[in-house]
Amino acid sequence: MTKIKSLADLRKKKEEMEQKLKLRETSMNPESYVQIKVGMATSGIASGAREVMDYLMEELEKRGVDAVVTQTGDMGYCFAEPTIEVTRPGEEPIVFGYVDKKKADEIIEKYIKNGELVEGIIPVNYESIDD
Amino acid sequence: MAKQIKMHLLVCGGTGCRASESESLQAALDRELKANGLENEAKVVTTGCFGFCEKGPIVKVHPDNTFYVEVKPGDASEIIKEHVLKGRKVERLLYSDPQNKEHIPDSKHMGFYRKQIRIALRNCGFIDPENIDEYLARDGYQALGKVLSEMTPEQTIQEIKLSGLRGRGGGGFPTGLKWEITRKSVADQKYVVCNADEGDPGAFMDRSILEGDPHAVLEAMAICGYAIGATKGLIYIRAEYPLAIHRLKIAIDQARNYGLLGSSIFESGFDFDVELRYGAGAFVCGEETALIHSMEGHRGEPTFKPPFPSVEGYLGKPTNVNNVETFANVPIIINKGAKWFASIGTEKSKGTKVFALAGKINNVGLIEVPMGTTLRDVIFEIGGGIKDGKKFKAVQTGGPSGGCLTEKHLDTPIEYDTLIEAGSMMGSGGMIVMDEDDCMVSVAKFYLDFTVEESCGKCSPCRIGNKRLYEMLETITKGEGTMETLDKLRNLSHVIKDTSLCGLGQTAPNPVLSTLDNFREEFIEHVVDKKCRAGVCKSLMRYVVVPENCVGCTACARNCPVNCIKGERKQVHEIDQTACIKCGACYEKCKFNAIEIV
Repeated sequence: MTKIKSLADLRKKKEEMEQKLKLRETSMNPESYVQIKVGMATSGIASGAREVMDYLMEELEKRGVDAVVTQTGDMGYCFAEPTIEVTRPGEEPIVFGYVDKKKADEIIEKYIKNGELVEGIIPVNYESIDD
Repeated sequence: MAKQIKMHLLVCGGTGCRASESESLQAALDRELKANGLENEAKVVTTGCFGFCEKGPIVKVHPDNTFYVEVKPGDASEIIKEHVLKGRKVERLLYSDPQNKEHIPDSKHMGFYRKQIRIALRNCGFIDPENIDEYLARDGYQALGKVLSEMTPEQTIQEIKLSGLRGRGGGGFPTGLKWEITRKSVADQKYVVCNADEGDPGAFMDRSILEGDPHAVLEAMAICGYAIGATKGLIYIRAEYPLAIHRLKIAIDQARNYGLLGSSIFESGFDFDVELRYGAGAFVCGEETALIHSMEGHRGEPTFKPPFPSVEGYLGKPTNVNNVETFANVPIIINKGAKWFASIGTEKSKGTKVFALAGKINNVGLIEVPMGTTLRDVIFEIGGGIKDGKKFKAVQTGGPSGGCLTEKHLDTPIEYDTLIEAGSMMGSGGMIVMDEDDCMVSVAKFYLDFTVEESCGKCSPCRIGNKRLYEMLETITKGEGTMETLDKLRNLSHVIKDTSLCGLGQTAPNPVLSTLDNFREEFIEHVVDKKCRAGVCKSLMRYVVVPENCVGCTACARNCPVNCIKGERKQVHEIDQTACIKCGACYEKCKFNAIEIV
């Protein structure tokens, strides 16, 4: 791995990574990936987030849906674990709570494939500090 | 093929909104969709709490983000016919700005989102914590690069001082000042220590930050190292946080591989590296001197201050100890500037605070609010109110060192100083909400039980005094206390506070004092009337048969585990109070309301 030797290096690297993330997250290309983040902090894992993540990866592959499943930290909604955030290309992210395998199946079939929302949405109720 | 659903009506299904008829509203919306033949184009979906309960029921239209408030079932027809069918927003149902009374059509511009601002949690639940590249994409390590290439250590300290950042571990000591004192101490080696020994019951703020955004803490420690002149960082973390440890290890390796930790970072000549030290889970090791002794391999016992760790700490060298959340705020302060940070919060408490909401509250979880937010907003708006529609009784802040606040404190802004004035403290951020089913004497006893267990035993006021406090509380819950016990409780509490060596002992009686002050009548009921209104203290309650209701079905007698209920078939039964163990089995089995708790 190349070392980052200066602030200029770091900024270059940042832009590169940001581009990569942006492509993944907000591309307007309809064929691009759906992105799914699974909340994998202690509270999520304790409620079965790991099984849900495995299930999502397997099933999306089986059903031929192009999606990237990644893990992330605590979204803060411990009452509704496991929680996942789904971003369809070009759309705002939606957080779903209480996701078990059954719910995950419903989310894949209805929301990911057809854009139809299902029960269990956790509304965003905070302000982010990003510009 | 069915038509694609184009529009969604999100109806809040939180407890608050359900109490104001959101369920029949949802049914009405469904009905109207069908009536207008729109069921294949729009869909009604229940969601979790929007955190805006006072204006409920809430309906949000997706994807145009229209936010309707106080929607009644009778409004369903208008929403469907106007908004869904014709695409015109129903003006009168839009949220109007409390200041200028203007309707706000788009939820993004509503002030209520400001109830939570995520600064310390900015990356938590957003990036993959095991991938440094995602952190870099979110301006990661820019702050470190900035201080190393553009700022002197003094300027760095000045920036932190100007930001007004205070210690998030509970004490609230100004962080910049702490850095400055450590910088001024002269030594050949200094240390930066991150206190990740989070031990309050119900608190998990630091764990979540380390699990969700470990690089933020590493970056901040390096910045601190540069500012105070230290090249070594140590994270003291409880061994019972395995996931946080796992992610920290990955993060440290990744940062080293990129040269963001190690020798001559950014070729500036500044070296810094971080190591982990594991704690065995002793509460007292959250106290900085005890923490340092534990890291050195000694017993985790506190020592007298001064000397402060900033002068003489780890291995006798100047050591700067900051808590996880404090560090998590540092990179963003450097990136966005002290002025920006100081613009959030109140005059004496700047920025935000993360709280772990727990107890009898609907939305248990992790929240981050600007300093100065009221307890009411946190509990009833963000937290969605009390579970099962019960009545709010108290909120415990500050963990075993804090106190219980009541209804009259609900409008107190959350700040370091106001909470102390109210008889509690900020603490590290555990917030436990209690309802009418909680007995405050038992709550005080619970915390004392914790501190008795966790007292290191070094000084006698804490070791012996707290044990005596616990015993007195026990006599009260058993119905053996007197008014004199209450006076003794108070006196001993003050002695322990005044004479204990470290923060643990000095604050351990706080839960007792605050409940004594705020719930005095409940204590008096326990000692004078021998009653526990919450029905928690078993010694104070009796199960009795209500003769008028008893039909003699024998269900109670058959289910009594100690056979203390006597009575013939079809005759009124009787409970032998001397043998009753108060398990409540008879109460649950009786179908005729013939068992009563008195």
